[in-house]
Amino acid sequence: MIETKKHYDIPEEDVFLSGHFACPGCGEALAVRYVLNTMGPDTIAVVPPSCISIISGAQPYSSMKIPVYQTTLEASAASAAGIKRALIRQGKDHVNVLALAGDGGTYDIGFQALSGAAERNEDFVYVCLDNEGYMNTGAQKSGASPHLVNTAFTPGGKPTVKKNVVEIMAAHGIPYVATATTGFPDDLARKVAKARDMKGLRFIVVLTPCLAGWGVKDDEGVKVSRLAVDTGMWPLYEVEYGTKYTINRGPQGVPVMEYLKLQSRYRHLTPEMADELQRETDRAWELLQARATCVVSVSNAEPIP
Amino acid sequence: MSAVKLENPALDPALLQERRMLLKGNHAVSYGVMRCRPEVIAMYPITPQTPIVEKIADLALTGEIDAEIMTCESEHSAMSACITASLTGVRVFTASASQGLFLMHEMLHYASGARTPIVMPIVNRTLGSPWGFWPDQTDSLAQRDTGWIQFYTEGGQESLDMVIQAYKIAENPDVMLPAMVCHEAFYVSHALEPITVPSQADVDAYLPPFNPEHRLDVDRKESWGNVVTQEMFYRHRRDMGISMSHVPDLVTKADVEFAERFGRGYGGILEKYRCEDAEMYIVAFGAMCGTIREAVDQMREKNLPVGLLKIRLFRPFPVQAIQEAVAGIPRLVVMERNYSPGLGGILHQELKAALFGMENAPLVHGYLAGVGGVNVSVDRIEELTRKALAETPVVESVWV
Ligand SMILES: Cc1ncc(C[n+]2csc(CCOP(=O)(O)OP(=O)(O)O)c2C)c(N)n1
Ligand code: SF4
Ligand SMILES: [Mg+2]
Repeated sequence: MIETKKHYDIPEEDVFLSGHFACPGCGEALAVRYVLNTMGPDTIAVVPPSCISIISGAQPYSSMKIPVYQTTLEASAASAAGIKRALIRQGKDHVNVLALAGDGGTYDIGFQALSGAAERNEDFVYVCLDNEGYMNTGAQKSGASPHLVNTAFTPGGKPTVKKNVVEIMAAHGIPYVATATTGFPDDLARKVAKARDMKGLRFIVVLTPCLAGWGVKDDEGVKVSRLAVDTGMWPLYEVEYGTKYTINRGPQGVPVMEYLKLQSRYRHLTPEMADELQRETDRAWELLQARATCVVSVSNAEPIP
Repeated sequence: MSAVKLENPALDPALLQERRMLLKGNHAVSYGVMRCRPEVIAMYPITPQTPIVEKIADLALTGEIDAEIMTCESEHSAMSACITASLTGVRVFTASASQGLFLMHEMLHYASGARTPIVMPIVNRTLGSPWGFWPDQTDSLAQRDTGWIQFYTEGGQESLDMVIQAYKIAENPDVMLPAMVCHEAFYVSHALEPITVPSQADVDAYLPPFNPEHRLDVDRKESWGNVVTQEMFYRHRRDMGISMSHVPDLVTKADVEFAERFGRGYGGILEKYRCEDAEMYIVAFGAMCGTIREAVDQMREKNLPVGLLKIRLFRPFPVQAIQEAVAGIPRLVVMERNYSPGLGGILHQELKAALFGMENAPLVHGYLAGVGGVNVSVDRIEELTRKALAETPVVESVWV
C-alpha cells in the first residue's frame, strides 16, 4: 500500500526560495528544494538550460540564495569542475560546488563532459533531475525516456529502453552514485547530505515527475514518484566506488500498471505492452539484486590509496 | 586532480631570471604563460597546438608553473572550465587550433558574454574537410564575431610577448573580454628561434594580479548567465561594444609600456615596415609578414617604393588606425591565405569595409596567395607586387 500521509523531519537551510517559475506541483522544484537546502549556503551552483534554469532565474532575480552560473546544455560538469579548481587555488576548498542538470543535459548532450569529470574524479556534487524527457522544450524524448513512452518525438511510443545512467556512472568508479526521488524526501536529503560530505565526483539522479510532460494530475506528483519506487521501476540504491551497493528500497509488490495508469504519456499502452514493461521491470530488479550481492562479496569498496 | 609535482622541486632562482633560449614558437608561448602565473590551465591536444600545453605540463611537473592542471576530455569542456574558473576571479589559460577551436565556438560566445578575460593562443591551421594541417587563419577568423580580442603575430618572440600583453589588455577593468593570440601552423609554431624569456620580476611588475570587480563567491552571492529581457540583452551587447572600443588605445599603451620595460616593441595595433614614400603598401598579418619584409628589402634595392603594413590587431578591427596609416597612399595590396567561399579574402573584405567613406581612399587589390599553406616565396611576393602596381583592382579577391 502507498502511504499518503507522512511527516518528515528534514533539516533544511534557507537557500531555495518560493515564488519561482515552476509549474505548480513540479517534481523538479521539490527536488531542488531538498537538494539546495541540504547543500547549504556555502555552495556555488551551475545550471544548464532546462526547467531548472527557469526555476532558478530570471536575471537579475534568483530563487536561490547562492551564486548560480548558467552554462550551456552540455557543459555542466566541466563548468562545475572549473569553479572547484579555482576555489582550490583560492584556498576556499570548503565551498561546495553543485551541478543541477536535467536528464537531457546529463544522459545525452552533457554526458561527455560528465564522463570526463568522473574519469578525472573532479570534486563536486552532480545532481541530475530526471523527468525523463526534454521538458523545457516541450517534452521530447531523451536517453532517459523509458521504453514505450509517448513523447513529442516518439508519438507511437519509444522503441528503445531507458539508458542506465546509474550503472554507467558507477562503472567510472567514482566515490558515490545514488538514485532518489521526490516521493521519498528523507532518503533524498540523506543522500545529498552524504554526498555533500564526501570528496571527488558524487552523482545523484533524482526521478522528478513532470506534471505537464507526464500527464499527471497537479496533486499526484508525489504519489507517482512513490509508485515508481514501489512498482520497482525506480529502485532506490547507492553505489560507492563502483562496487559497494546498498539497496534502500526495492519493489513492494505493486504492479507497474498502478504507476503507468496515472500518467497520460502511457495512455496508448495495450495490455501486451504493459506486460512487457512488467517483465522488463522484474528482470531489471533481479539483475540489480544480483549485481549488488555478487559485486559486494568480492570487492573491497574502499578507495585504493 | 592537481598536477603531479616532482618531490622537493626547490626552484633554482636562475629560472626566475631573464633567460635566452632556443625555442620553437609554441614553446615560447608556454614560457610566456609561465611568467603570467595562471591559476587554472585546461588542456586538450590538437596538432599543431599540442606542444604549447605539453610544455606547460612539463613545467608544472618541475614546479616552474604552479597551477591546477585540467586534462579535459574535449576543447568544449576546456573552455567551459576556463570560463567558470575565471568567473571566480582567477587567471586562466587554454590553447587550441582548428577543429578544436570550432568545437569551442559556442563557449567562445559564453566567455565574452560572461566578460571573462581568458587568454588563448591559437595555432592557425586549415579546417577539414579534407583533412589538413596547413597554415591559414580561417579558424580564428571565423570566430571574429564571438566578442574575442584577436592578435596575429609573426614569430615566437612576438607570441610570447603578446601573451603577456594580452592578459594586461583583456583584464583591464574597462575591457574584461577574452583574447586570442594567433600564430600559424609550423611556419611559426614549430620553427626554432632564439627567444628571450623575460624575468619573473619584470613580468610581475608589468602585469598586475587579476582582481575582477564581480565574481562567483558565496559571500557575495552574485550570479550570472540566466535569461534576460530583450532590453537587458541590448544593453549588454552595447556594453561589450564600448569595452571593445577601449581596446585599440590600450593595445598601443601596452606595447609602449612593454617596450620601456623589456626593450622590445611591435608597433601596437599595426606596424609599418619601410613605408616611407611608398606607392603601395602590402597589407598582411601573421607569418607571411616575415617573408614580405624580405621581399620589401629586395624590391627597395631595385628602387621599387613599396612597404609592409602589418595588421596586429584584428578584433576590434582598428578602422581609425588603418585609415590614418594609409592616408595619402595610392594603393594597397592584401596578400592572405584566408578564403571565405562566396565572399573572398577575409582580410581583403574587412580592409575594404574599413576604408569605406574615406576621402581619397587607396585602391585595394586582394590576392588570395598561399591558400592551404602553399609557400609564398620572396620572389613570388615581388611578382605579385609588380602585378598589383600594373593593374586596376577588381572588386573581388583574386586567386593568384
Ligand atoms: C546545444 C543546445 N541544444 C539545444 C538546446 C535547447 N534546449 C534548451 S533546454 C532543453 C531541454 C533540456 O532538457 P533536460 O536537460 O532534460 O531538462 P528539463 O527541461 O527536462 O528540466 C533543450 C533541448 C540548447 N539550449 N543548447
Ligand atoms: S514542465 Fe515539468 S519539469 Fe518543467 S516546471 Fe513544469 S512540471 Fe516542472
Ligand atoms: Mg528533462
